[in-house]
Amino acid sequence: MLTILFDGVAYGMLLFVLACGLSVTLGLMNFVNLAHGAFAMAGGYVTVVLLNRYNVPFLLALPVAFVATAALGLVLERTLYVRLYGRSHLDQVLFSIGLVFMAVAAVDYAFGSQQQFVRMPSFLQGRVEIAGVGVGIYRSFIILICGVLVIALQLALSRTRFGSQLRAAVDDQRVARGLGIEVNRIFAATFAVGSGLAGLGGALGAEILGLDPTFPLKFMIYFLIVVTVGGTSSITGPFLASLMLGIADVAGKYYVPAFGAFVIYTFMITVLIFRPQGLFARAR
Amino acid sequence: MKRRTVLKGLGASVATLALPHVARAESSAVRIGLILPMTGPFASTGRQIEAAVKLYMQRNGDAVAGRKLEIVLKDDTGTADVTKRLAQELIVNDKVSFLAGFGLTPLALAPAPLATQAKVPQIVMAAATSTITEASPFIVRSSFTLPQATVPLAEWAPKNGIKRVVSLVTDYGPGHDAEKAFKERFSADGGQMLSELRVPLRNPDFAPFLQRVADAKPDAVFVFVPSGVGAQLMKQFVERGLDKSGIRLIGTGDVTDDDILNDMGDVALGVITTHHYSAAHDSPENKAFVEAFRKAAGFRPNFMAVGGYDGMHLVYEALKKTNGDTAGEGLVAAMKAMAWTSPRGPVSIDPQTRDIVQNIYVRKVEKVGAELFNVEFATIPNVKDPVKAAKG
Amino acid sequence: MRDRAEALILRRARWRPAEYVFWLLAFAALVLFPDRHLILNEIAILALFAVSLDLILGYAGLVSLGHAAFFGFGAYAAGLLAKHAVAEPVIGLVAAGAGAALLGFATSFLVLRGTDLTRLMVTLGVALILGEIANQAAWLTGGADGLQGVAMDPIIGVFEFDLFGRTAYAYSLVTLFLLFVAARRLVNSPLGLSLTAIRDNPLRAAAVGVPVNPRLVAVYTVSAAYAGIAGALLAQTTQFVSLDVLDFHRSADVLLVLVIGGAGYLYGGIVGAVLFRLVQDLLAGLTPQYWHFWIGLILVVLVLMGRERMTSGVAALARAGVDRLRPGAGRATKELRP
Repeated sequence: MLTILFDGVAYGMLLFVLACGLSVTLGLMNFVNLAHGAFAMAGGYVTVVLLNRYNVPFLLALPVAFVATAALGLVLERTLYVRLYGRSHLDQVLFSIGLVFMAVAAVDYAFGSQQQFVRMPSFLQGRVEIAGVGVGIYRSFIILICGVLVIALQLALSRTRFGSQLRAAVDDQRVARGLGIEVNRIFAATFAVGSGLAGLGGALGAEILGLDPTFPLKFMIYFLIVVTVGGTSSITGPFLASLMLGIADVAGKYYVPAFGAFVIYTFMITVLIFRPQGLFARAR
Repeated sequence: MKRRTVLKGLGASVATLALPHVARAESSAVRIGLILPMTGPFASTGRQIEAAVKLYMQRNGDAVAGRKLEIVLKDDTGTADVTKRLAQELIVNDKVSFLAGFGLTPLALAPAPLATQAKVPQIVMAAATSTITEASPFIVRSSFTLPQATVPLAEWAPKNGIKRVVSLVTDYGPGHDAEKAFKERFSADGGQMLSELRVPLRNPDFAPFLQRVADAKPDAVFVFVPSGVGAQLMKQFVERGLDKSGIRLIGTGDVTDDDILNDMGDVALGVITTHHYSAAHDSPENKAFVEAFRKAAGFRPNFMAVGGYDGMHLVYEALKKTNGDTAGEGLVAAMKAMAWTSPRGPVSIDPQTRDIVQNIYVRKVEKVGAELFNVEFATIPNVKDPVKAAKG
Repeated sequence: MRDRAEALILRRARWRPAEYVFWLLAFAALVLFPDRHLILNEIAILALFAVSLDLILGYAGLVSLGHAAFFGFGAYAAGLLAKHAVAEPVIGLVAAGAGAALLGFATSFLVLRGTDLTRLMVTLGVALILGEIANQAAWLTGGADGLQGVAMDPIIGVFEFDLFGRTAYAYSLVTLFLLFVAARRLVNSPLGLSLTAIRDNPLRAAAVGVPVNPRLVAVYTVSAAYAGIAGALLAQTTQFVSLDVLDFHRSADVLLVLVIGGAGYLYGGIVGAVLFRLVQDLLAGLTPQYWHFWIGLILVVLVLMGRERMTSGVAALARAGVDRLRPGAGRATKELRP
């Protein structure tokens, strides 16, 4: 029972790291970036290459994956995304899905279409019994990292100067500019961090979710579910939503395996019918 | 100005409608329409088969019975209607003499009526549902059927101290087939099925299912999942410590696919599977095949590759027998009862069902040199597809 | 004043020369490209599917990422009907349309509330659940193996489906044409005009007395019927149904097609279908492994260069500069606001 809860939490946390970047771009910058999963995939592949080809330690590979995807995000934001901020959402969908297609084919070309594997260091493998509850070490590791991230993000948004500038820029770009806030730079930085987080999520998730060129397409739906259910106006919303989805999914599949596939979708639809803005959003 | 660019765009794309005419000059070549999953989640299947087909042509020359062979490769895009349309176009426009490839069951079934109607042999090189060959008298299979690989495992298990089993299969056609085939034989041989778990096709995390397995405390868990996913399953199996609690992981060879087995790492060690092909199969034919394949393609051949390779063998030998005549009935008749030594071992085509008859091997994942392989340690010779055999 | 408005509306509803040319060409393709009927058939079906999405997206402003629910439902309905009861295609078409309409009516209440993002996800969820049901109900649908044994009788007892796809294309094209004409009438009717009013500003529409929700339910139902018929066409002309008719990528593809062609003027779906399928077929033929890359590149470039420019061009072509009622009409794709 507690093991299931634990697994659900770990899975939810992982979903959160993967999706929180999307909730930032979608919620704060009002940009529909379906290519979010492509950044996650990039992070995953960076890790795989570092680990398996250059024998970089896993713990070092994680920050590298973050930085590399953040840099990639920054470059793309400056060159391409920036042109599309003002455009309609359908344009953004078209554009970002185009990017996904390109990323899928490019990764296929560079690495082949088969599954890639992350070789975990031995201290993250296995599991321990704590008070009769089996706890996977790697999953605990994920929970730890994600927990730290949530707190850091929340603090960064609510307590720092950057956070308030970002919120100001989102609320009213013109006024923010008028106040001397460099909106472009803030958006670029935010986008980079969002992509970096996705990359980190991809690096962490490759072990559990698998990694192949279709990753961005396979998980796009999950990211969107997390963001819509959680609402897009905060970090805590998607966080709680990820946890609920993770637990509901794992528990649903454990207790009623016959309906395993339906749980997450039914959950989403039910939530959205009663709370169209998402569970944790203030209605606009 | 605007209008002109649009018109140009539309005009250019409509012009492509007429384009293929040019490329399709008649010639005396025999064409083979190869429809494979080249993109999407099953793209590695397509890669393996394409590489094997090329290799066969490279090793055996690209002409048979005085006629040159041409491959027309198409991506099935994972959808049945596109596959059917491509097959239809290949037959009608490209005048192919063979249809070949077919990664997934529905994609092999969709064009079956066409094969019958146009009398074109359809060589199924991958898809493994038992019923496929019944869909058209022109279908010949060079891969395997899932029950064919599963039943020997269900026979092997009770003889080797595995009495209580939980099955864990992906919730779609082939998974159900494997579950059924295993359960029937295993129960008949005195084994006990504790529970039958089905994992949704779109399932990122195996944790809840493996927890159920752990709760049931079986002697072994029987697994069938599509090849890529197998690795994740195995990792989580080990991560949860199920291996240490004395539960064995058994399954069909899809789980320990040669293509990715080596990258899975030590978690795969000791897994027992039954299948018709292992890259470690000990025969001169296979050694030569694996070496040539690695040299040409740059990766290790798996069971998909051998299906493609033997499929091409069927094409070549059938054409030799008919002396280059491409009438469909003659080609299919020539393929029936054909027997040869494939890289996987001795195989033949069952003249009644047009399905392949082959040895099934029991294998264990071991380290050979620096790499992981499925090392065969027992052989069940000349296995026919048990489902059709039972129908008599 | 009133007369002028009426005249404008009537003028808008009038058929323009470009439209005649367009349909003449489509029918001429029956003779012009005898060995491309199969892909033309696919295009006609995709076009009908896109027109169906245009009805809700372009005219009522309801976005959907799960339109394949109706498409797939229609496909299975037609397939099952042919297999177990009546194999006459036209009857199957009507039945599938009616069934999909019922499903559309039932689910329409889910999309009335919420933002665009909510709608996207709810429709997506419905389609995914339906796909999972079809997978589980293998005894009925054949599950992942697909529905086999669908054999169609000749259309109205006369025209038999042939190997070259000629009957199939003619059949799909006629269906597309008839339904297109109906849709064209619909959007120019008071109902259609009230829909555009709702799309542009639901509050204002409600204020002038337009019953917003019933209208949306109505158009959603009609659109579902169209999608169901498109699915039925696919099932009948390929005589096979597999789970991929309900797949996410169908919904996504049709949205792409419509967005490429431009929403809100009915021809967008058709133009988009022609462009998308032909380019896809060409690229997939040239590079079976990596065609996704080039499709992606085209999409990206298209957006960067300005999709508006292209679609408004086509739109201008279609309406030949008559439409002054809605300035910037080609743009009609509504903003999605999460």
